[in-house]
Amino acid sequence: MSTRTRTPHGATEPVTTRALSPHRTLATARRVLRQLSHDRRTIALLLLLPVLLLVLLYYVFDADRRSFDSIGASLLGIFPMITMFLVTSIATLRERTTGTLERLLAMPLGKADLVLGYALAFGVLAVVQASLATGVAVWALDLDFAGSPWLLLLIALLDALLGTALGLFVSAFATSEFQAVQFMPAVIFPQLLLCGLFAPRDSMQPALEAVSHALPMSYAVDGMTEVLHHPDVTGAFVRDALVVAGSALLVLVVGAATLRRRTT
Amino acid sequence: MMNNHPPPAVRADGLHVVRGGRQVLTDLAFTVPRGSVTGLLGPSGCGKTTLMRAIAGTQARVTGTLEVLGRPAGSAALRPRLGYVTQSPSVYADLTARQNLDYFAAVLGLPGAERGRQVEAALADVDLTGRADSLTGQMSGGQRSRVSLAVALLGTPELLVLDEPTVGLDPVLRRDLWQLFHRLAEERGTTLLISSHVMDEADRCERLLLMRAGELLAEDTPEALRRTTAEGTVESAFLHLVDRARAADEPWPAHTGQKGRTTP
Ligand SMILES: Nc1ncnc2c1ncn2[C@@H]1O[C@H](COP(=O)(O)OP(=O)(O)OP(=O)(O)O)[C@@H](O)[C@H]1O
Ligand SMILES: [Mg+2]
Repeated sequence: MSTRTRTPHGATEPVTTRALSPHRTLATARRVLRQLSHDRRTIALLLLLPVLLLVLLYYVFDADRRSFDSIGASLLGIFPMITMFLVTSIATLRERTTGTLERLLAMPLGKADLVLGYALAFGVLAVVQASLATGVAVWALDLDFAGSPWLLLLIALLDALLGTALGLFVSAFATSEFQAVQFMPAVIFPQLLLCGLFAPRDSMQPALEAVSHALPMSYAVDGMTEVLHHPDVTGAFVRDALVVAGSALLVLVVGAATLRRRTT
Repeated sequence: MMNNHPPPAVRADGLHVVRGGRQVLTDLAFTVPRGSVTGLLGPSGCGKTTLMRAIAGTQARVTGTLEVLGRPAGSAALRPRLGYVTQSPSVYADLTARQNLDYFAAVLGLPGAERGRQVEAALADVDLTGRADSLTGQMSGGQRSRVSLAVALLGTPELLVLDEPTVGLDPVLRRDLWQLFHRLAEERGTTLLISSHVMDEADRCERLLLMRAGELLAEDTPEALRRTTAEGTVESAFLHLVDRARAADEPWPAHTGQKGRTTP
C-alpha cells in the first residue's frame, strides 16, 4: 500500500502536468500584462525608449543616411531582445523569490503554461514596441529599406521571444536582482559585439567569426539586413528567421526545465 | 466496515528531510485524520515549514513514507486537492487582491461564473471584500497574508496546509480566522494543518503535533497532553516535554526517560 516518495528532485513527474492547457496559458499571459498595466512607467519606457534611441541615432548619423539605414534596421531587431530579456529575467526572478513560483508549481499549472504565458505576454508587448519603433523609423525618420515592414516586425517578434527565453533561463542562475541585471551585459553584449553591427562578421578574427555563427543575434541582424536590401522574401531571410525562432524555442524548453517543483 | 474509510489526510512514517546538507527532519511518524484541525507547534527553526513543504510537494530531498490523501506527497493528482499557504505571503504585489484571486482561480481551472463566485466568497472569508481592488503591495502585512490565505481557499481543497496564518494579526481577526478554520472543517469536511509558535493557539486545535529540533515530541489532543504531563496549559506541557527531551539528549547523568513521546 504505502508508496515511497521519490527523491531527490521529484525525479518522476506524471505526464499530466506537462500537458499544455491553453486556458491556463492565456490566464498567465493576461496576469503578466495586468501586472505591467499597474506599472505605467515601465510600459512607457518599454515603448518609448526604442523610439527615442532611434531618433538619437538619426541625428548621430546626420551626414551619413546610409549608415543610419543599416544600423537603424539592426537596432529594430536588437531592442526587443534586450528589453524583453531584462523584463523577463527580473519578473521570473521575482516569482522565484516571492514564493509565487513555489505556489504556482504546487498548483495544477504546467511548466509549459507558465513559460508560454510569459512568452505570449511579452510577445504582445514586443509587437506593440516594434510596431511603434518601425513606424517611427519608416515614416518619420525615412529609414529606407527595400522589403516589407511586416518582415521587420516578424524578426523583431522572434527576437523578443528569444530575449524572453534567455531572460527566463538566466533567472534560474540569479539569486538577486543585482545578479540578474549583470547577466544582461554577460549574455547580450558579446552577441551585440559579434553580430556584425560594429564590424562585418567576415572581417573578424576567424575564431570570433566562428563564434558569431553560433549566436542567435547574428541571424536576427542578418535577417534585418536582408529586408533592408531585398524587396522579396529571400532564402537567406527564411533561414535567419528559422534560426532565431529555433533558438528561442530551444532556450524556452531549457528555461522551462530550470523550473523545479521541488526545491531544497 | 473499515475498508470503506478513506485514507488519512496525511500519513508519515520514517520521514527524513535533508536541507543545506543538514538533517532537518528526523524519522517523523504521524497521521493527520480527515476533517480535523491539527496544530503543528514548535520553536522557530524546528522544521515546521520544511514539513509543510514536504506535504505540499515542494520540498526536495524527502525520504521515507509521506502519503497525502492516500497518494505520495507531490503527486500531480494532489495539486488541485491541496491548498498551501506559505509563511510569507506569496501573491503578486503588483496586482489587486481580486486580480490575484482571479488568476489563481483560473490556474485551478475554475470555469468563468464559478470563478467569480469563489473569488468573492474567498474575499469575504478573509474579510477583505472592502479592499478587494487595492494593490496587494499597498496593503498592510496582515492584509497581504489574508490575500495569500484567500488564494488557498479557492477550489475548496480537501486539505489546507497553513504556515503561520495568524502571525501578526490582531486578536479579533485571529479569533475570526480560527472560527473560519473550524467552520471549514465542520461544513466542508476540510482537513486543516496549521502551524504556529504561539502556544495559546494550541487550545483551538483538536489535535497537536509538537516538534523540536526536527523531531516529533508528541502527537495528541491538547487535553491528553495536559493530562499525561500533569501540566495546566499546553505551553507548560510543551516545556515539560522539551525539558525531558533535552535531558534525554545529554549523555549524563543517566536519565530514566527516553525521548518523550506520548502516543494516543
Ligand atoms: N533554504 C534552506 N536551506 C538550508 N537550510 C534551511 C533552509 N530553510 C530552512 N533551513 C533550515 O531548516 C531548519 C528548519 O527550518 P524551517 O523553516 O522548517 O523551521 P520553522 O520551524 O518553520 O521555523 P519558523 O518558526 O522560524 O518559521 C532550520 O534549521 C533552518 O536553518
Ligand atoms: Mg516556518
